[in-house]
Amino acid sequence: MSAKELPLKDRRDPLKVARGLGSSQSGVGHWWAQRMTAAALVLLGVWFVVTVLCLLHADYATARAAVAKPWNALLLIAFVLSMFWHAVLGLQVVVEDYVHTRWKEVLLLVAIKFLAVLGALASVLAVLRIALTP
Amino acid sequence: MADTRRPLSPHMQVYRWQVQMVTSILHRATGIALAVGSLLVICGLLDLAAGEDSFNHFKSMIGSPLGMVLLIGWTWALFYHLCNGIRHLIQDAGAGYAITQFVRSSWLSVIASVVLTLLVWAYVLTAGGAA
Repeated sequence: MSAKELPLKDRRDPLKVARGLGSSQSGVGHWWAQRMTAAALVLLGVWFVVTVLCLLHADYATARAAVAKPWNALLLIAFVLSMFWHAVLGLQVVVEDYVHTRWKEVLLLVAIKFLAVLGALASVLAVLRIALTP
Repeated sequence: MADTRRPLSPHMQVYRWQVQMVTSILHRATGIALAVGSLLVICGLLDLAAGEDSFNHFKSMIGSPLGMVLLIGWTWALFYHLCNGIRHLIQDAGAGYAITQFVRSSWLSVIASVVLTLLVWAYVLTAGGAA
């Protein structure tokens, strides 16, 4: 049978129809980003807890001076960014697993991303404000 | 979902209680709790940037009884998610998959998280309370 006799939609290669179905889409990128941020957070999380414990009874000036130190400001921003990134990836999986109404699922996923970006930006701005104003 | 009559996996009611199941559920639960707890980090940084009055207000908030209870909860959630997360990273690398190792590492992350929480709060309380 020549290609001319087939109905139009059947002329596509079967592979073209099958591509994009199934589970092999952007999952590896998500999985890997979750592990990379997890590895970063093991180090940054321990550093954060130790830093906070060192500032236990610090007054305002001491706390501000500590956050303003270049290394502390840098690591604090790295901590906050990886924390929100990791949180978005994790909450996304939880929502996808348990929310079965499509519009609620999409709404939650978008809301989580928006809030996380706002939270990350607010934290970074706060650290920069402390670090850059004398 | 609502009109499905047949039993759906994971068939929680037929499972015998086992520690691996608890660590798995706790990892998700503490993850969600920590995502909410990130508000505390934002508040702390914003209050510190805003000035002395708001920073002192933040300190009195986390030093209050409710603040301390939340902080202790978040401390444990952080340490549990950290310990169990390291366990998951090791398993992702392909190690520790024998059932005995799996059970042992599950208990290890639960116990280590409790011990770390106790150590941190013993230090905080002997040093005179939070904030």
